[in-house]
Amino acid sequence: MVPFTKLTGIAAPLPMINVDTDMIIPKQFLKTIKRTGLGKNLFDEMRYTQDGQEVPDFVLNQPKYRQAQILIAGENFGCGSSREHAPWALADFGIRCVIAPSFADIFHNNCFKNGILPIRLPQETIDALMAEAQNAPDPTFTVDLEQNLILRPTGNEPISFKIDPFNRECLLEGLDDIGLTMQKADKIQAFVAKQQAQAPWLYSAGAGA
Amino acid sequence: MSGPKTLFEKIWESHLVDVAEDGTSLLYIDRHLVHEVTSPQAFEGLRASGRKVLRPEATLAVPDHNVPTTDRSRPIEDETSRIQVQTLEENCREFGVQLFGMRDRRQGIVHVIGPEQGFTLPGTTIVCGDSHTSTHGAFGALAFGIGTSEVEHVLATQTLIQKRPKTMRISVEGTLPFGVTAKDVILAIIGKIGTAGGTGYVVEYAGSVIRGLSMEGRMTVCNMSIEGGARAGLIAPDEKTWTYLKGRPMAPKGEDWEKAVAWWRTLASDEGATYDAEVLLKAEEIEPQVTWGTSPQDVVPISGRVPDPKNAKDEAQRRAMERALDYMGLTPGMPVEEIVLDKIFLGSCTNGRIEDLRAAAKVIAGKKIAPNVQAMVVPGSGLVRYQAEQEGLDKIFKDAGFEWREAGCSMCLGMNPDQLSPKERCASTSNRNFEGRQGRQGRTHLLSPEMAAAAAVTGKLTDVRKLVA
Repeated sequence: MVPFTKLTGIAAPLPMINVDTDMIIPKQFLKTIKRTGLGKNLFDEMRYTQDGQEVPDFVLNQPKYRQAQILIAGENFGCGSSREHAPWALADFGIRCVIAPSFADIFHNNCFKNGILPIRLPQETIDALMAEAQNAPDPTFTVDLEQNLILRPTGNEPISFKIDPFNRECLLEGLDDIGLTMQKADKIQAFVAKQQAQAPWLYSAGAGA
Repeated sequence: MSGPKTLFEKIWESHLVDVAEDGTSLLYIDRHLVHEVTSPQAFEGLRASGRKVLRPEATLAVPDHNVPTTDRSRPIEDETSRIQVQTLEENCREFGVQLFGMRDRRQGIVHVIGPEQGFTLPGTTIVCGDSHTSTHGAFGALAFGIGTSEVEHVLATQTLIQKRPKTMRISVEGTLPFGVTAKDVILAIIGKIGTAGGTGYVVEYAGSVIRGLSMEGRMTVCNMSIEGGARAGLIAPDEKTWTYLKGRPMAPKGEDWEKAVAWWRTLASDEGATYDAEVLLKAEEIEPQVTWGTSPQDVVPISGRVPDPKNAKDEAQRRAMERALDYMGLTPGMPVEEIVLDKIFLGSCTNGRIEDLRAAAKVIAGKKIAPNVQAMVVPGSGLVRYQAEQEGLDKIFKDAGFEWREAGCSMCLGMNPDQLSPKERCASTSNRNFEGRQGRQGRTHLLSPEMAAAAAVTGKLTDVRKLVA
């Protein structure tokens, strides 16, 4: 995974609540067997008309935000399905940081597996950042994960944020967590031996049984 | 010694492999369900790193999202769907995972076949790359949806890295009024707590109403936990649970069965166990529910009216309501019973089980669907379909004018050809009414199987109690 340390880029404002994963990447694009190439269909049904023309009003179609690397959105971002295609589509478009008052749990987890930093901030702070992303002539923000700080285009007081220490470490180092877990193979084997003695039915029954 | 524990705490603590100082936990996973949409990249990851599936016998795969519900004798017409299903077949062969193929009678929606086969067991941890994995919580299992990277993690290590969630108990007490079902209960719950109300929590459903529900009803309730934001929802297992599971192909047998039941009896939350949050609903206040908008929290009783954005709690909510009303083509204040439909969809992991089909068949028996609607039944599995045919339900549906289809996810999300056309309006027993969910610009109203049957008969949203007095 690509490490996430410091990101400087345009922030696109998306002042909607409950942005669901069906909106982020509609089902017709889930048929891929790859992780890449989904960026062009990010927010497909809001971004394009039925016949494939760009919807000019949609934020990512506006000249100012076409190169956005940060997204600022309303509460409960990423609700709905578990599809990791949602963070894949964001990352493939170039968005590596989403800032919102709250996130749905599965989407939030999926972000960290894909080098995307989801930042939770209070609604008032989101409102202020949203206004800056909308109104600043050059809405370039810097998200510094080493300092846990967001630097603003207006030069206003930087915003500090909190991230779970384990997830932060994985992002900063670009760690492969399967590799980390495999280092604990002894503990997993010990657990299995114990469970097999206590709950033998979990091993005698099952698929192929 | 430790104090009283909740059902969740008992399962969580008995599956901890390792806990780091900051609380990050390595959780053992007993059962892993796999389908074609969220697994190809995970198997590809295993291949790229030379890893194998650690416990194939704890893993069960089935294609469900992409499969056509019409003729199964021919290959899937859509090339990308066909490739995805074939990829699952190839991956299962290569990694030694059991697969119920498209032409196997046991094929069906992953969350219907897990319980049906006895693969789902009380007290276990169950995951699947699908948010409706919460369904299996009906058996007193800790079951939740994961992303594809986590699917790969479980395939390789049979564990997951997790943070301990908070606990919420939602109690539904009293007696459900006539015509009110498990689906109405969960829609009412989501209406009350909101679509993010359960975020960060595992929900335990409790109270006399939940205890009184059948296993199918409990699955309907747990299934939609994620629509209230909770990754997992669970219910204490009891006699109904063992009765449902006994003799199923993948359930324990003989002496192991006896040992298992003895253990399962100890799982229910202890008297005095505490939760981080408590919610109470009175059964008598729940009416048959329908959704009017594009979030599962947009519920209204069937006797109600489409709400007015003027009454929204804040600006963000008002904008969301206006957008939803525009998308749904509805006017504030109109009675929901005046909403005219084009399609009826009976099926999905929420309401595609035998009891759901029986309940809907009871409402439509001897009646015809309205001329303005097209209606379809998509059983949750091939075995549900077979059972329904043994009971003659297929004939009741077909005589009424319903299409009788093969098993799969179908129009719940329209990854196969079963989709709404733009602006088509559907009464659906599924779980999500998001924009575009059932087809681009399609309009979804969520409701129970009984209410879907009533809507099929009248061609509009209808209080089922008026049809089956």
